[in-house]
Amino acid sequence: MTDTVLSIRNISKSFGGIHAVRDVSFDVQKGEVLGLIGPNGSGKSTLFNCVLGQLKPDTGEVRVNDQTVAGMRAAALNKLGVGRTFQQLSVFPQMSVLENIILAGQEHQGTMATRLFGPSDAGLTAEADQMIKFFRLEHLRDEMAGSLSYGQQKLVDAAMAFMAGPSLVLLDEPAGGVNLTMLANLKDRLRAYNREHGTTFVVIEHNMEFVMSLCTRIIVLAEGAIIAEGTPDEIRSNQQVIDAYLGG
Amino acid sequence: MKRAHLILALIGIAVLILAPIGQKNYIIYVLCSWLMFSIAAMGLNLTLGYAGQVSLAQASFIGIGAYITSLLTLAGYHWVFGWLAAMGATFVIGLLLGYPALRVQHHFLAFVTLAFNTIVFLVLRNEEEITGGSFGLVGMPRPEFFGIKTMPQLNFYYFVLVLFVISAFVFWWIVHSPWGRAFKALRENPIRAESLGVDTRRITLLAFAIGSAFGGGAGAIMAPLVQFIEPGSFALIHSLKILLMVVVGGAGFFYGPMLGAAVVIILPEFLRFTEGYYLIIYAFLVIVLMVYSPSGLIGLGSKLMARFRPKQEVRKDMAKGAQL
Ligand SMILES: Nc1ncnc2c1ncn2[C@@H]1O[C@H](COP(=O)(O)OP(=O)(O)OP(=O)(O)O)[C@@H](O)[C@H]1O
Ligand SMILES: [Mg+2]
Repeated sequence: MTDTVLSIRNISKSFGGIHAVRDVSFDVQKGEVLGLIGPNGSGKSTLFNCVLGQLKPDTGEVRVNDQTVAGMRAAALNKLGVGRTFQQLSVFPQMSVLENIILAGQEHQGTMATRLFGPSDAGLTAEADQMIKFFRLEHLRDEMAGSLSYGQQKLVDAAMAFMAGPSLVLLDEPAGGVNLTMLANLKDRLRAYNREHGTTFVVIEHNMEFVMSLCTRIIVLAEGAIIAEGTPDEIRSNQQVIDAYLGG
Repeated sequence: MKRAHLILALIGIAVLILAPIGQKNYIIYVLCSWLMFSIAAMGLNLTLGYAGQVSLAQASFIGIGAYITSLLTLAGYHWVFGWLAAMGATFVIGLLLGYPALRVQHHFLAFVTLAFNTIVFLVLRNEEEITGGSFGLVGMPRPEFFGIKTMPQLNFYYFVLVLFVISAFVFWWIVHSPWGRAFKALRENPIRAESLGVDTRRITLLAFAIGSAFGGGAGAIMAPLVQFIEPGSFALIHSLKILLMVVVGGAGFFYGPMLGAAVVIILPEFLRFTEGYYLIIYAFLVIVLMVYSPSGLIGLGSKLMARFRPKQEVRKDMAKGAQL
């Protein structure tokens, strides 16, 4: 029996004349931390959006835990245990950090009726506080999310992706704009999560130091197609990748 | 509920209980009208202020509610049935009006709802057999509860006050429940909300349906309050008036629509002594308020408070919202 969490088959997506993603296929195994790298505009974010229901791919098929998710709405996919972050900051600015994180979990609690007639925090305050502690955001708990610094908002954003206990998390440039200490912290958090919960990750990132040290396997996209795949060491020494992306 | 909020609410209710005592019938009528519009504005505050869905059709829901209640009470049914039917019907019609909002947003949505308001107006005017056309309907009885007649103005006021308090409580409950959080999430970042499992379609439709049902509930009060309704009372201009209440009071704040309705309904009465100038003074005050505090009276209040106790603000230098 294989433990494939995410299976991507022949995904293509064009915008007018631009072939953003060309016939991409790969599998992600349970517990794996997969890095997705490539130059700007190589189609990484578009691929995420095709996988997660924000965009409809032109061709191809996506399976999560052996279930096809074609045409599934993002909310339904999230309920299947798939969390994500966006490349752009995506917190709810006029809600407190705590409220943001409760929101991220509440739709997985009870039914529409219990979410109307039950407790206003959907019984999630304790769990949200734990998540806040895990991401070391305690001092910001009751601040308005939109008033935090960029890096702090990034952490809240990441914390939200984990709130519902997903089995698969796709992160789009989690390290962008985050300072070194915070970055080390974030890497720590992701590793700890992976270890403690067996959560599978796919991470898009331009920070090579971050990707190479975090990921167990790396896929390189260029102009919408996969040009290389391997361990961090293999990727670092791959001539094609150096030419297309890593430079001299 | 935080203690301070509860105390504030209780003081408010006490003031409302004492307010009409010893007042002339006309003043009590104005107060009833304010409470009635507050309920309608609460509904729009939910749809627009909390869920971020523009609607220029709230007056049409008051109209639908008022006509349904009028027809039923004129046919001899007790007002309670009219009220329930009005809320039920406006809930369903509001739900249907929500469908365009799944496709269009902002000013396009404003136009869709504006068109809806116009259609309702035309139906009310042209279906003479049922609605009485431009002459409207007259003589709706005021209800009686357990032998207590609401025909005397003061009694009617307390009847409206009870409905107002119930509506305010329901509204408070909804916006503080996880639904309320989902509404806000829809307003602030729908793509992110969807990716976190919020069924944004369902939440959008509910925002319209619930907001409209509050409008229908207000209409059910209007029928016995005014005892005369005609299509003109529910024309577009009245939807704009309710929008003004929500915006002037403070969209997205619990007390916003009540304050806003007070400004729109009661303030003109105070300005009456200025004779012909009152509309000009009134318009001027609204413009000054909107320039100084786009988040309305509540925003103005918290701006003043912030002088003493600095508050956080959402930063303007960071683009918000997930974009694909
Ligand atoms: N909505 C869209 N409409 C038109 N073109 C688009 C759209 N989204 C993406 N593209 C194009 O698709 C290509 C891939 O974009 P994508 O955002 O996936 O790149 P990326 O690999 O995530 O880049 P970066 O590292 O800069 O984030 C780009 O050429 C972009 O212009
Ligand atoms: Mg990208």
